[in-house]
Amino acid sequence: MSDMAAKPNLSPGVQTQGGIGTAGVPATEHGDHLHHDDHEHHDQHWLWKYVFSQDHKVIAKQFLITGMIWAILGGTLSSLFRLQLGWPESSMEWLAPFLGKWIVAGKLNPEFYLALVTMHGTIMVFFVLTAGLSGTFSNFLIPLQVGARDMASGFMNMLSYWFFFLSSIVMFASLFIETGPAAAGWTIYPPLSALPQAIPGSGAGMTLWLVSMALFIVSQLLGGVNYVTTVINMRTRGMSMSKLPLTIWAFFLTAILGILSFPVLFSAALLLIFDRSFGTSFFLSDIYIAGQALSNQGGSPVLFQHLFWFLGHPEVYIVIMPAMGMVSEVLATNARKPIFGYRAMIGSLIGISLLSFVVWAHHMFVTGMNPFLGSVFMFLTLIIAVPSGVKVFNWLATLWRGNIRFTAAMLFSIGFVSLFISGGLTGIILGNATLDIQMHNTYFVVAHFHLVMGSSAFFGLFAGVYHWFPKMFGRMMDEKLGYIHFWLTFAGVYLVFMPMHYVGIAGFPRRYYAWTGFDAFSQFADMNRFISIAAILAFFAQFVFIFNFFYSIFRGRRATQNPWNSTTLEWTTPINPGHGNWPGEIPAVYRWPYDYSKPGSDVDFIPQNVPYSKTQSSNLPYEQDAVE
Amino acid sequence: MNPSELLPENEVGLGWHPKRVLLVLLIFSIVMMFAAFTSGYIVRRDEGNWREFDLPVSLLVNTILIALSSASMQWSYAAARKDEIGRMKTGIGITLALGLAFLVGQYVSFGDLVDGNTFFGGADANPSGSFLYVLMGVHAFHLVTGLVFVTVVLKRALNYQVHSRALLSIGNATLYWHFLGGLWLYLYLFLLLNH
Repeated sequence: MSDMAAKPNLSPGVQTQGGIGTAGVPATEHGDHLHHDDHEHHDQHWLWKYVFSQDHKVIAKQFLITGMIWAILGGTLSSLFRLQLGWPESSMEWLAPFLGKWIVAGKLNPEFYLALVTMHGTIMVFFVLTAGLSGTFSNFLIPLQVGARDMASGFMNMLSYWFFFLSSIVMFASLFIETGPAAAGWTIYPPLSALPQAIPGSGAGMTLWLVSMALFIVSQLLGGVNYVTTVINMRTRGMSMSKLPLTIWAFFLTAILGILSFPVLFSAALLLIFDRSFGTSFFLSDIYIAGQALSNQGGSPVLFQHLFWFLGHPEVYIVIMPAMGMVSEVLATNARKPIFGYRAMIGSLIGISLLSFVVWAHHMFVTGMNPFLGSVFMFLTLIIAVPSGVKVFNWLATLWRGNIRFTAAMLFSIGFVSLFISGGLTGIILGNATLDIQMHNTYFVVAHFHLVMGSSAFFGLFAGVYHWFPKMFGRMMDEKLGYIHFWLTFAGVYLVFMPMHYVGIAGFPRRYYAWTGFDAFSQFADMNRFISIAAILAFFAQFVFIFNFFYSIFRGRRATQNPWNSTTLEWTTPINPGHGNWPGEIPAVYRWPYDYSKPGSDVDFIPQNVPYSKTQSSNLPYEQDAVE
Repeated sequence: MNPSELLPENEVGLGWHPKRVLLVLLIFSIVMMFAAFTSGYIVRRDEGNWREFDLPVSLLVNTILIALSSASMQWSYAAARKDEIGRMKTGIGITLALGLAFLVGQYVSFGDLVDGNTFFGGADANPSGSFLYVLMGVHAFHLVTGLVFVTVVLKRALNYQVHSRALLSIGNATLYWHFLGGLWLYLYLFLLLNH
């Protein structure tokens, strides 16, 4: 097979010899080009090579490692509030050395509990699953899979990371200020977020939250416009939009969602800043604090919810769609089968993207909206089940009778499909206005979105890391540790969130610091303790992954050039690609990315850069026509 | 390899330079921001407790100024296409002057609004007035970025880097400047119809 492929020389040591069997490139020209590239990249100072790098692969790793640090922090915060929920009566004095004044007389400070859930949500949704997931893999895979030397603008790409870094610093600093971090929930509804005097967390913590998010939005826009431009403009010869891997389609549409929805959050945040600090009344009206009427007149807090959820709903697809793309790729590669319904997969991604903009008010069924309007949003929301169902059907059909290789990435991809189904089914329940009004603000909602968006996206992230680790670091991650990580996490996620549905149906409310005073809920003490134990164990299981990740960077088994026998272009680069990705000419693309186990072929995968004229035995009639 | 399988040099994409695509995408994000503000404006107005006031006349003057600046920018771009370097530089200069005049004019309009008891914040403010200040202010911020962009093009023009075979920078600046002008026109009409 490999001699069929028109690919450049792969061992960096012999590059300058030129004379490689690349399709129609004169050897001398080839050599010159390589020499030029070498010269450019070898005398770089480490600061420009690893820190202020404009290489998309380095930026991707920066996003990944920053995202991992945030994920540990976000998980730690959730372990803390799960301790409170699982053992509400016991002493937390032992946490005092760590939490300081937030432990008052052996109890977790209730204000701090609100800050914990707020920061857990913010960190996980924005910093881990938006920046850490799409930031990492859009950066890493788009140029490699479309066949580009780098992003459209390397400089803007670098700025994107550093705006994210600044935003991270501001958010991290807000954890340590005297009045505590923001505590109005990750959705920061006014008036709690708009009045600095409302609760301690509404003060400086909220201000830092808004500053941090403004920087974050700038980062997302700089990154997003780059991803879209690269996909539109920088594809290699032959890489038409209908030959793109599904990963790229997912990143492309995700970036479009970001470009169109993040500015709306920016608008909302700007108006909120004016309300907080400049005395305007966009979201405030008729408010009494401590018996004193505020002067704010005429504002509407529901307006903020509309603006917020116009971002907020596309945001959940910004989180899940990159995971969907990567899972499609990993499933096809490891089932050794073409993805089932390639065009239907693209169509359903487009359908989900379009629908994501017209369903935002299903988060607001209890705001007293017109019931007719509610039923319109309910109808649109339930339609999302159709493209989601298409995707699930295609994933299962891809697995069906496949020659499955259970790599760690494959396990996480199958786990993703499982979680997406389990969590998606409860979405149909919550999408119905009548049922949602009953379930609103209970743990049923928490369980729903943690399964369908939180855990699923994390599984997609893990699948991506295990699968593309060899391309990132030139070494393999340990498969056995990967299995341990998978099974502990998979079991942990279901053990946490399945019982949570049950307590939710019973009416158990979210965001309550203590529930022991209510007879209706105190009977769930054992269930809550069970959830807490499972959550904390699942959190500790992630350290298996962290260890595996960092150990493998330095000590992992050395990777071959194409360890998964995959068809896409990133595996035609050298094992450790330099800036510019391909030492020689960028390979051209002749076929779609899913030629696995093609009948008539003597190998079970045909890379995208192999022309049909070299695969006469497996060509379909219309492909043969193209050759003749 | 069979010649029928030979590929074109590049995938064409939209046929635009990547920097043009980047700019267009950024314009889309600015459009979404103002779509959020103006739709928020309408939603909020329909809820009542909305103080009516007249738009100051100075806004009309500013609108004429920015329309003229769009014309001079287009004139400058046409001159660059014909390699009339002198006219091109004059055109950019006029655009910058008119753009600055527009900003000063908006500042004057803020004064007129305050004189008419329409305030941004405080006890006497109503969201109807606050929205007006936000729309004008955020537009003015983007206009400053436009002025910086046009200034960069002027610097390049003074170095003879802008001519009929190097139209990318002035083309992008013209596109952005027209967008900012069009955005203001939209905002002005929107305010006239909905204030």
